[in-house]
Formats: sequence, C-alpha cells, structure tokens
Amino acid sequence: MNVNFYVTCIADIVKSGVGKHSVLLLEKLGCNVVFLEKQGCCGQPAINSGYAKQAIPGMKNLVETFEVNDYPIVAPAGSCVYAVKNYPEYFERFGESDWAARAQKVADRFYDITDFIVNVLKVENVGATLTGKAVYHPSCSLTRKLGIVREPLTLLQNVKGLQLLPIHNQQTCCGFGGTFSVKMAEISGEMVTEKVMNISEAEPDYLVGADVSCLMNIAGRLSREGKKVKVMHIAEVLMQNEKGEN
Amino acid sequence: MSLKTSELPFKERVERQVHNEIMRRAVVKAQETIGANRQKMVDELGHWEEWREAAKQIRNHVLENLDAYLHQLSEKVSQNGGHVFFAETAEEATDYIRKIALEKNAKKIVKSKSMVTEEIGMNHVLEAEGIKVVETDLGEYLLQIADDKPSHIVVPAIHKDRHQIRKDLQEKLGYQGTETPEEMTAFIRKVIRRDFLEADIGISGCNFAVAETGSLCLVTNEGNLRLATTMPKTHIAVMGMERIAPTFKEVDVLITMLCRSAVGAKLTGYNTWLTGPRLEGETDGPEDFHLVIVDNGRSKILESEFKEVLRCIRCGACLNTCPAYRQIGGHGYGSIYPGPIGAVISPLLGGYQDFKELPYACSLCSGCNSVCPVKIPLAQLILRHRENIAQSGMTPLTERLSIKGFNFANAHPAIWDGSVKIGAKLAGRFIKNGKAPIRAGALAEWTKARDLPQPEGESFRSWFANREKN
Repeated sequence: MNVNFYVTCIADIVKSGVGKHSVLLLEKLGCNVVFLEKQGCCGQPAINSGYAKQAIPGMKNLVETFEVNDYPIVAPAGSCVYAVKNYPEYFERFGESDWAARAQKVADRFYDITDFIVNVLKVENVGATLTGKAVYHPSCSLTRKLGIVREPLTLLQNVKGLQLLPIHNQQTCCGFGGTFSVKMAEISGEMVTEKVMNISEAEPDYLVGADVSCLMNIAGRLSREGKKVKVMHIAEVLMQNEKGEN
Repeated sequence: MSLKTSELPFKERVERQVHNEIMRRAVVKAQETIGANRQKMVDELGHWEEWREAAKQIRNHVLENLDAYLHQLSEKVSQNGGHVFFAETAEEATDYIRKIALEKNAKKIVKSKSMVTEEIGMNHVLEAEGIKVVETDLGEYLLQIADDKPSHIVVPAIHKDRHQIRKDLQEKLGYQGTETPEEMTAFIRKVIRRDFLEADIGISGCNFAVAETGSLCLVTNEGNLRLATTMPKTHIAVMGMERIAPTFKEVDVLITMLCRSAVGAKLTGYNTWLTGPRLEGETDGPEDFHLVIVDNGRSKILESEFKEVLRCIRCGACLNTCPAYRQIGGHGYGSIYPGPIGAVISPLLGGYQDFKELPYACSLCSGCNSVCPVKIPLAQLILRHRENIAQSGMTPLTERLSIKGFNFANAHPAIWDGSVKIGAKLAGRFIKNGKAPIRAGALAEWTKARDLPQPEGESFRSWFANREKN
C-alpha cells in the first residue's frame, strides 16, 4: 500500500528518530512510504494562539501538497492529525467554502499511526520485543479529541516482554498544550511536574506515547529531575526486536 | 466590577497561587474526591451520553425560545402573586433590590448561595445602605467573615483548610472549640440561627425557574435556603435570564445532571420548590416575593458565537476536572467564575480588558468538554476567545511578529524546507544536556520547569532524502 508520511515539525526538526522509526515501521508492515517535501507544519502554533486566520495560507499549502495523490496520510502525532481534521471548519468560517471541501477530502485521509496500523492495515501485533515496564501516556488529542483509545494499547500489549503499568490520573494532560507551555510556563510546569510525579511512582523503565510533542514535554521534566526513565515514541517501541533496534 | 476577585496582575496571581500550599492540597483533594464520586454516579445512572444529549437538547430548546419562556415565566410568577423585574444590567438589578430593601426598612438580610448575586455585586450595594447581609451557606459564610472571595462556583471555600477556618472563627467570632468540622459547623449554625430569625428579607439565587408554573427549583445541602426563603417576610430571588426549564419534566433531567455532576450525588440534601408568596390561608412562606431576572450581557452572548455557553447549569464539573484549575485554584483566575467555564464567561461578562489572560490559562486538553453535562464545547470556546483577542490586536507585538514569521515560512515550502534543515542542525549543535546557550523568550519560559529535548542534529527530511539517493 502506498502511504504518505506526515512528519510533523517537532519530529522533523528535533526528533527525526521518531520520523525514521515510523517510516521503517510502516515499511516493515508492507507499506511503500512517500514523503512529500512541500509539507509544512499543521499550523497549531498559530491556530491555538488565536491566529487561525493568518494560518490559512499554510493550511492551503498543506492541502495542496497532499492533493497530488490519494494515498492515506499517516502521522506520528495525534494533535497534528486533529488540527488538520479541523481545517474544513476554519476554511468555512473564513468564507473559503471551496477550500473547505478540498480540505475535507485531505483531512479524511489523515491517520494517527496507531489508528492506521490497527484499523487500516488490520495489524494488532507487529512482532516487536521490548523487555521492561512501561507507562503509556494517552495524549489528550489522541484520546479525547480523536477518540483513539484502544489502538495504541492493543499494539503495546502485544509487544513481547513489555509490561504496561497504570498510573494515577493517567488521562490527565501532561501540560504541553503547544504555546501554552511557554505562555503559561508556571501552570504548564506544575502540570508536567505532577505528571512526572505520577509516572515516577510506578517506577517504569519506559515512558511511551504516540504524540511526539507530549513526549518532548514529559522527557524535558524527567531529564530536569534526573530520572532514568527512557522516553520512547510508540513507533520506536514497535521497531524493537530481541536484538534491540530493528 | 464584581466579577473580579483581585486587583493583582494575572502573572502575579498565578505565582502566588502556585505557591499556596494549603490551597493546592485542598483543591487536589477536592478534585479527587468529587471527581471519583461523580464518576460513580455517572456509571450508576447508565446511558450517560444519552442523558447528556437530552440535557443539551433541553437547554438548546430553552435558549432558542428564551423570549417566549421568559414571558410565560413572568406571567405565571405574577399570577402566583409575585413581582417580576427584568434587569438589563447589574446596576439595574442592584438598584431594584436596594429599593425594595429600603421600602421594607430592612436592617438585616439573610442570603443563600448565589453566583449571580456575586456577579452583580449585590452585597456591597446593600451594605452601603447600612444593611447587614449575612451569607448563610457555610462556605460563603466562612468567606464572608474572613473578607475572602469564592474560588469555586459550587464549593466556594474550597481553597481553605480546617486550620485556617478555625483561626478565622477564633478571631472573628471568639470560637473556643476544636477544629473538627462538625463542631465548627454546629457553632456557626447556632450563630446564624439568630440571623434567620431577625432577618427582614431573604435573598436566594435560582437553579431553574419553571416557566409552566412560575416555580423556582433550588438545590442545597444545608437547608439554609429553606430558612432564608421562608422565615423572612420578603423573599427576593435573583436569576440569570437563561436559567429556565419549560416544565417539571425537564427539571427532572436537569437536576439529575446537576447534582451528579456537581457533587457526585444522586440528589442534594434539599430540593426546594417555591411557587410564589404565601397565599391566604397558608401558614408559612414570605408575604412578598420578587423575582429579579438578570441579563447583564447574556442577550449579547445569545447572539454571539459563544451562545452555547448559556447552556451552563453551573455544576462546576469542568473546574473539578481541569488540570490548570488544579494548579492555580479559583483565585488564580481572579474572577468569581474560574476554571474552564470562567475562562469562557468571565471575558464575556466582564470584558477582555480585565480577563484577557484567562483563555490562555488552558492547555486545550478538553477534559472539561468530556465532563460537561450539557456538552458545552468549552475548549473550542476558549480558543474562540484567543482568536478574538489576537484579531483585535491585544496580544504582544513580539507574539504577533513571531506568528507572522512562522505563518510566512509555513506557507512557502522552499523557505520552510530550508528552515527545518538549518533548524535541526542548529538545535543539534547548540542544545547540550537539555540546555541552550540562549536563555530568552520562549526558551527561557520552557526551561523554567524542564530541559530542552536532546536533538538528533539532522532533520527527518534530510535523512529521508539521503536515503532515497542511496
């Protein structure tokens, strides 16, 4: 199956490993991965700060970029997928009905990687092995906004050797919130501190998530506290085998 | 403006609240307890999503026909022997209430808990006339004696602990007992019993007004409302103009949702239904009844993109689940309406000038959306505020410029491509052990509580392109 990969800006710039492992994982599962270089950011830094109107040209660029083919579009971040799913509403609101219709078609092809693997590729066990205890962080975007709850858990439960640990207030936001993390650094900082406290209580070896931005936030706090928890994106986990990295 | 609970700048408020250990512990405990109880009640009722949908439809129906229901309600209240006053502004409402208090030559007024009377700043207006106004809800009473402000719409004194409360009681009322809640409550009960007996007027809020019968439906847990609305000769009820249910049938659904969502209980201890003043031959109830229906900006909200927020039944479930409220408490917001609902309605009722920071005190996690019993898309409405604020130029210039730069690059693929590749390299070179050499702006803010990511030094797109070549 031909698949477009939507890397997201955070993965592209600072966490390319997440992008690489996502591509390798999709290829391992039989996909032919296409990367369209014209793709940019989903626009969340502007949209979530109230500049949706100014973000319209960027949205148009993203829609146009993915109109060159009709393959599904897979991303390693629920929040960016959710942002694109909202494009039609923004176009509609700013009087661009034609673009709303075009955006709808592209948005319908957008998938979070776990959703894509489980519901499109129909794979629940990718044959990965990772020994140790892990805490899974269900991101707000994936869980509450996109309703993808079961898929990442199913994939992780089928990783050989991996034990998933529950934590207190598991579904509570990690405090990232995009520009919230720097605009409201005090509140965001308290939130991530509490999240790390709850994670630490479970004494995991790994913290796993499917949203690259939340992971960057939680990892930043774990590092600040000197905690030895390894932070991994689910694509990285799913690419592990007995010998280590696949 | 009586919405405001503080004159301090937002950042300073937040700073103080974040370090207020007593508040932090109290709010965490309350969120955990109420949250767990709420979930139990949701599970026990079953079909929760259908209940939410039904409640939403009822509230939407009321809002769509608000003019007709307000007319019906006022007709019924008048037929029942009561008086109705429509107040367009907070001032009109307080003027009317003051006028009645002066006509009745009132010396003392007992109140049951009401957010709308806080909103219109009623107490100050009456107190300025030399009238003693006594809050009889336990939480509100504790705040009143300590000259403190509510920090939650249902549990107003949520930020205080028993040690503080005992201290206040000792200082203000000469209390000598222990700090057990029961003993302190019994003490206050005895003190305010006299106030109930002496009061000339009782003032209440209104959870729902039933248009069909002109009845008021009020839920409390302390029974103080019954005394406040039946002992004094005059009862004044104050309600936000949207708080209507067509008939008792709809109240059934709304009360079910309200009590379960607010305090995690099937019902509150007292459900009080009041239909007009005492009639001839009846043995109790007030001789005179006034219903003050407050607009105070609600008509404008009804016409705006924020219309859905008027479905709110003031249960506070959004506060009890909000991770930001958890860290800064109600006083961090500086409004009597804090938390997600406050971040939406405070700027609407009080203006952006005073409340423009509130919509940003939110990570858009949408936990509030999930628990709202009337399905208000709170996170989306919070974001709409940010749009209004940004589009009206109230945001800092540096923010506008950086967003402009970002949007420009993001709309030009060649520029974006180059920026990403260079950005990845620069990040790899300069970020070491979670620290960057520059500590200003966003970097400084980010690193207050956490380290920077360990970058890979190469962008994904460079890796992918090289891979294709090989």
